Amino acid sequence: MKTNLKFRRVAAIGAGMTPFRRRMLETPQELAWEASRKALDEAGLELRDIDCVVIGSAPDAFDGVHMKGEYLAHGAGGVMKPASRVYVGGATGVMTAISGWYHVASGMCKKVLAVAEEKMSPGRPHPQAVFRYIWDPITEKPLNPNLIWIFAMEMHRYMFVNKISKEEIALVSVKNKRNAANNPYAQLGGEITVDDVLRSEVLVWPVQLLDVSPVSDGAAAMVFVDGDIARRYTDTPIWVEGVGWTLDNTSWPNRELAYPRYLENAARMAYRMAGIERPQREIDVVEPYDPFDYKELHHLEGLMLARKGEAPLLLKEGFFDRDGDIPSSPSGGLLGVGNPIAAAGLMKVISIYWQLKGTAGKMQVKRPVHTGVAQAWGDLMQASTVIVMRN
Amino acid sequence: MVHPLKEEELKEHFTVTYRPQAKYSYTAGQALSTFLRGLREGKILGRKCPRCGRVYVPPRLYCEDCFYPTSQWVEVKDEGIVMTAVASFISWTRDRLEEPEIVGTIRLFPSSPRDYVYPGLFHRICCSYDDVKSMRIMGKTVRARWKPVEKREGSIEDIECFEVV
Repeated sequence: MKTNLKFRRVAAIGAGMTPFRRRMLETPQELAWEASRKALDEAGLELRDIDCVVIGSAPDAFDGVHMKGEYLAHGAGGVMKPASRVYVGGATGVMTAISGWYHVASGMCKKVLAVAEEKMSPGRPHPQAVFRYIWDPITEKPLNPNLIWIFAMEMHRYMFVNKISKEEIALVSVKNKRNAANNPYAQLGGEITVDDVLRSEVLVWPVQLLDVSPVSDGAAAMVFVDGDIARRYTDTPIWVEGVGWTLDNTSWPNRELAYPRYLENAARMAYRMAGIERPQREIDVVEPYDPFDYKELHHLEGLMLARKGEAPLLLKEGFFDRDGDIPSSPSGGLLGVGNPIAAAGLMKVISIYWQLKGTAGKMQVKRPVHTGVAQAWGDLMQASTVIVMRN
Repeated sequence: MVHPLKEEELKEHFTVTYRPQAKYSYTAGQALSTFLRGLREGKILGRKCPRCGRVYVPPRLYCEDCFYPTSQWVEVKDEGIVMTAVASFISWTRDRLEEPEIVGTIRLFPSSPRDYVYPGLFHRICCSYDDVKSMRIMGKTVRARWKPVEKREGSIEDIECFEVV
């Protein structure tokens, strides 16, 4: 039950994205333009109608260009407009949508274009090396960590505390790659088995190659408008009903990794705004962030859609399948569609938007859906962003 | 799913061979400098918040919850519990390693299993790949194996690794 709204209602009326691929032949600006143009076309707007532009992009080092917000500005339609860039690591994609939301909700802008782009492939020898500069230079960097280490540590802790096996976690990878087969934008859709995952190359035990999302390039964009004018452009606006985000500290060796408390805080903030009291009953479809397969389970628990340690059980029962009670990652998620960091997060929001609008095509889930949640996560296991939308 | 590039074409590329001299001399800071001097003496030092009692290892000058200065140096034990451990077969540049590197996080004593935040370190753990794979190492009590005094230089590397007691 919502009372006393202190902000303007916000609707999403258009979305567009490029295919996600290992190496796109376009520049980051061209990718951003393609996604933005598609979003404007779907919304039935022209660039001159847009008041403000929000750009989301993760570390500059991936594309290999500094000041990426400024660099992307003309491809994202931000020239001579109030444009800003948001960045919260992997959580940037959903934060881009949230930022688009508060530009409109505050009453400052009527129509906002939110664009997220990432090109992971340029870094040599491997984009992994770019992560060297995210660690504490005194206490962590001397040990030469790479990013997969900390994911593996969190995954192992999650498995240890909740007594979860590798087989149960591999089911996420199987489900998401299967879902991605129906997604025209996907990089890695297909039928794989639990055995394929368990036999793939061991990167950092317990993480194996098929537990991880790929290196990808891509862009995504959405149009958010003031609720009062949304119906001028569409009969089926999708309402942004709740947003939440939280940042924990960078001291990941100093806290319990088995449960993401920062995500629970973010989810509670978004649910309270959307008037959701019993998440598992009231949410119809969810896109949790899944750069690694265990992360989807971890996040489903943080979103309070499963009790602590019980997400694998529900997954095995088919609760989160495309024809299940709460379809999870019907798009195929990052594991299936690809992981151009910021664009992947906004892709999650777009997936929910298309599901609620009923235009998801072959990705459309079986049951009727009215409330959807998209979530992203990032930095040193510390950031989470949540958005709740309704039709 | 058609992609104009083939796998081998991904490996052929023009590279800009310029190597920027992006070297940094980081500041260890007020709190970490004392911590590093402590390591040289074989001690793990932390800072305690006088308001909430939280002990920070690695130390901080301020408490992130209370937002007041931590005021007291405390020495924690060089002994703790392995919270998580992993075996890495890839280097930081994602090259393949033949021998896995084993690292993890350690919750240092004094602390309790009920703590959500605790004094702790990220470090190497001296154990076998099998210990990690079977999860035998998880929850084990470990102690720091220090470098010989003359080789210590005031760095996190003054601890060689943590090994099972």
